[in-house]
Amino acid sequence: MELVELFLTFLMVGFVSFGGGYAMIPVIEAEVTAHGWMTTQQFTDVVAVAGMSPGPIATNCAIFVGYHTAELPGAIASALGMVFPSLLIILIIAKFFFRFNNNKYVKSAFYGLRPIITGLIAYSAIQFAISNDVIGDLSWHTFSLVAIFGLSLFALIRLHVHPILVIILSGICGVILYS
Amino acid sequence: MIPMIEREVVSKKGWITTKEVTEIFAIAQSVPGAIALNSAIFIGYRLAGFRGAIAALIGVLLPTFWIVVLLSIVFFLVKNNPYIEAAFIGIRASVVAIIAYAAYKVGLTSLYDKATWVIAVLSVVILYVLPIHPVFVILGGIITGLGVVRLRNYLGIFTKLDKESERMD
Repeated sequence: MELVELFLTFLMVGFVSFGGGYAMIPVIEAEVTAHGWMTTQQFTDVVAVAGMSPGPIATNCAIFVGYHTAELPGAIASALGMVFPSLLIILIIAKFFFRFNNNKYVKSAFYGLRPIITGLIAYSAIQFAISNDVIGDLSWHTFSLVAIFGLSLFALIRLHVHPILVIILSGICGVILYS
Repeated sequence: MIPMIEREVVSKKGWITTKEVTEIFAIAQSVPGAIALNSAIFIGYRLAGFRGAIAALIGVLLPTFWIVVLLSIVFFLVKNNPYIEAAFIGIRASVVAIIAYAAYKVGLTSLYDKATWVIAVLSVVILYVLPIHPVFVILGGIITGLGVVRLRNYLGIFTKLDKESERMD
């Protein structure tokens, strides 16, 4: 039953995964916490591991959540759910509407969709900041996490450091500061 | 990933032209799903129909799939080690930064006039205040886009439909 639930959950996520994987993080988070598969903090670790893996981040998250919930069959069910909408939609477009992108309704829809995607990603950053104590009480612990957050963001935006390297460096900081 | 696909299918294999692959990438971006997966499915279909699409999908998905499964196994094995636990306290803070960075990058091309800023800020507020599933916010975005453009057209206000484009009628 769990396999069917995983498949259907990621099928739904697959159908709405517009605008690159990051917009799907809050959607997947809402689903995994609602089903009781994981907590938000556990899901943050999933995003970290998914971000370290090659390939699309949302699909990687789905595979990881599936594996966590029901091992290999779960990973397969989640991956299939996630890619089925892509397959279906691309086949329909390839067969019937090659001029899809120049359609004015598609363009108008994206005028609203793009800012929503930005909002979704920003929301998930805030939500993850709260559940991982980056936004928290005034303590040395919170301060150190804010420092790691700030340095990471600076490295990404200004120094164009690759996200995988940022994850590794912050892990080293973690070992030094918290072990 | 996108430049790699282009190099493989255009330069190395000569399966399709640069113009075709550019169109395919554009479509792959505007439909749901990962761009790399969508592009692979599309290219597979153009070359060998339905079977080609399936073959390309399996090809692009399998390596990722096994790597993620392997990493999950490793993660479950080591996650209770005190050093790994400490590392992940730091990593979680940088994941927040990576997501904030993703929002910043998407925002650079998505937020370029008053309406797009208002929609983005409203969506964050709505997600925060109302117990609404994010899927409905996404669907709301599609409806808002169609509605705002139509309303502004009706009022005779020009809407630039993406950051680079010229006006369209």
